[in-house]
Amino acid sequence: MRIAAAVALALIVLVALAAPALAPHDPGETYRAFLSAPPMRPHVVASTGAWRWPFVHPLKLVSRLEQRYEEDTSREVPLAFFSGGKLLRLSDERDGPWLPLGADREGRDALARLLFGARVSLGVAGLSTLAALLIGALAGGLAGFYGGLADEAIMRIAEFVLVLPAIYVVLALRAAMPLVLPSWAVFSLMAGIFGLVGWPWVARSVRSVVATERTRDYASAAVSLGAGPARVLFVHLLPASRGVIATQAILLLPSFILAEATLSYVGLGFPDTVPSWGSMLHEASNVNAIADSPWTLAPAAAIFLVTLAANMLVEETT
Amino acid sequence: MARYFVRRLFAAVVLVAVVSSAALLLTSVAPGDFASELFGSGVSAASIAAERARYGLDRPVASQYFDWIGRAARLDFGVSLVYHRPVAELVRQRAANTALLALAALLLATFLGLPAGIITGSRRRGLAVSAIRGASIVLLSLPSLITSLVLVLLAARTGWLPTGGMQSAGAWDGGMLAGLADLAWHLPLPVLAIALPLAAMIERVQSQSLGSVLKMPFALATLARGVPRSRLVWRDAWRPSVGPVAALYGFILGSLLSGSFVVEVVTSWPGLGRLMYDALRARDLFLVAGCAAAGSIFLAVGSLISDLIQAWADPRVRQRADERRAGAAA
Repeated sequence: MRIAAAVALALIVLVALAAPALAPHDPGETYRAFLSAPPMRPHVVASTGAWRWPFVHPLKLVSRLEQRYEEDTSREVPLAFFSGGKLLRLSDERDGPWLPLGADREGRDALARLLFGARVSLGVAGLSTLAALLIGALAGGLAGFYGGLADEAIMRIAEFVLVLPAIYVVLALRAAMPLVLPSWAVFSLMAGIFGLVGWPWVARSVRSVVATERTRDYASAAVSLGAGPARVLFVHLLPASRGVIATQAILLLPSFILAEATLSYVGLGFPDTVPSWGSMLHEASNVNAIADSPWTLAPAAAIFLVTLAANMLVEETT
Repeated sequence: MARYFVRRLFAAVVLVAVVSSAALLLTSVAPGDFASELFGSGVSAASIAAERARYGLDRPVASQYFDWIGRAARLDFGVSLVYHRPVAELVRQRAANTALLALAALLLATFLGLPAGIITGSRRRGLAVSAIRGASIVLLSLPSLITSLVLVLLAARTGWLPTGGMQSAGAWDGGMLAGLADLAWHLPLPVLAIALPLAAMIERVQSQSLGSVLKMPFALATLARGVPRSRLVWRDAWRPSVGPVAALYGFILGSLLSGSFVVEVVTSWPGLGRLMYDALRARDLFLVAGCAAAGSIFLAVGSLISDLIQAWADPRVRQRADERRAGAAA
């Protein structure tokens, strides 16, 4: 179970890294004739009943007003591996592109956006996790190491942040910045804000480990050998808390992915031009869009998978 | 006990003051203000300045802030710049809607999660245990944003439930009963979206806690006296084991508010979260601060209730509090 979860997480990261090769199209490419097109299923059995190399039926527009499409079963376009630098794409795109997950309302390939969006979403979440771990390990380490007033002060602040509803803190901090920013600024701003909201979780568990490890023989031995406080903390005590740090990292990552999705969903995150799981979900803020094209919820499924894998990984560890 | 309450009350007042001040200051240092957001570009600088002067937004932040604090201490939270209505009135209405949502979700989550956790915590294996375990790890991975989107999809496809809003137009015309029925029809979707992940969280905590209580000597002694295991679990062991869940409530409150924000946005429930979000975007200073104050009152009351439940459930907590008080007095 645990191995399966770890493999799933690793696969998702790999897929994100390999997005340019896996996605059949450029995520920004718009296909005007295929606005809100449904997913195109590959077939292996032709209408005659014979087995074929995987192919798709091109879409034809049935109703422009309702944006309804149907498969044109009279035509078959075979899929081709490793053509044009992509893993899998149509051998011939004259009758339209292959849209394995359909298209969004601008006519962009939803699969390409999902894959490239994984890079943005996982990137923001990864950077935020790193920030939270850095702040949290430092704060928790200092609190556990020095105890007393420092401990009291740091942990009071941590508890205060923990009690606040995280999404409101994120909203308020985000809204205090200019609402329209270049995408690199949104990226780093989000990572910074999420780090500020997430560090207390890390600090709490690191503090408890450091506070008990500090009294162990090896720590006193290090001190009696003349190691300074910084050396004892960074070389001896913080490494002892690597287990809880790893657990916290696995738990924080999906919650930061969700935070990005929430911010972008309400329109304070990435703009529509930057594909991320959140900015894709923004399209689902319209009830009709959800009802008519459920495939716009694909990023929600991706978030679910990452969260499930992370939860299973932690569940088995504890 | 009285001293304890006074101390808690003081902490609550500090929380409310800090949170609402922080919200006000953060919003006023943010680039752009109500006037510039209202008109956008293409309006002469003079008319923006006039609008600013009208609401006193041209004064230094510090003087605006102390003005607001002075009035807030007398429970006057100012007038919303957007709605031109007293903040207290707007917030009270919306906070009631959020409280309805949050309390219903908390109740549902407790009624689903607690018994489920008692079942999984008291038995090793069995169909029910694996089913609950599986369901709970899946639900734990379905945060409110995703759950509400999926529920909206289901509602839109099947038509069983309304996809959003809190009441249909003119629902209260048919009288009190028709209005309530309409409200009850709109409630399940947002409540489920908040409650399901919470229920899973409660189930996990309750299961672990009951498991450890059942390993205690008193449980073994009870079993040795010939008391059936189910009686031990449902009569004696569950109460000392709800402490961690009650402690969890202190933390759940935050996620309850967060969850209700997301769900309010997805299902257009007219609650505090939406109000604050709109106020933040419009830079409606006093409304932001009022919403923050209401939210923090909610948190403070909730954490007090969570502490009281803990004291009720576990005599050791009460004793520890007594000892601490005795130590402080000495």
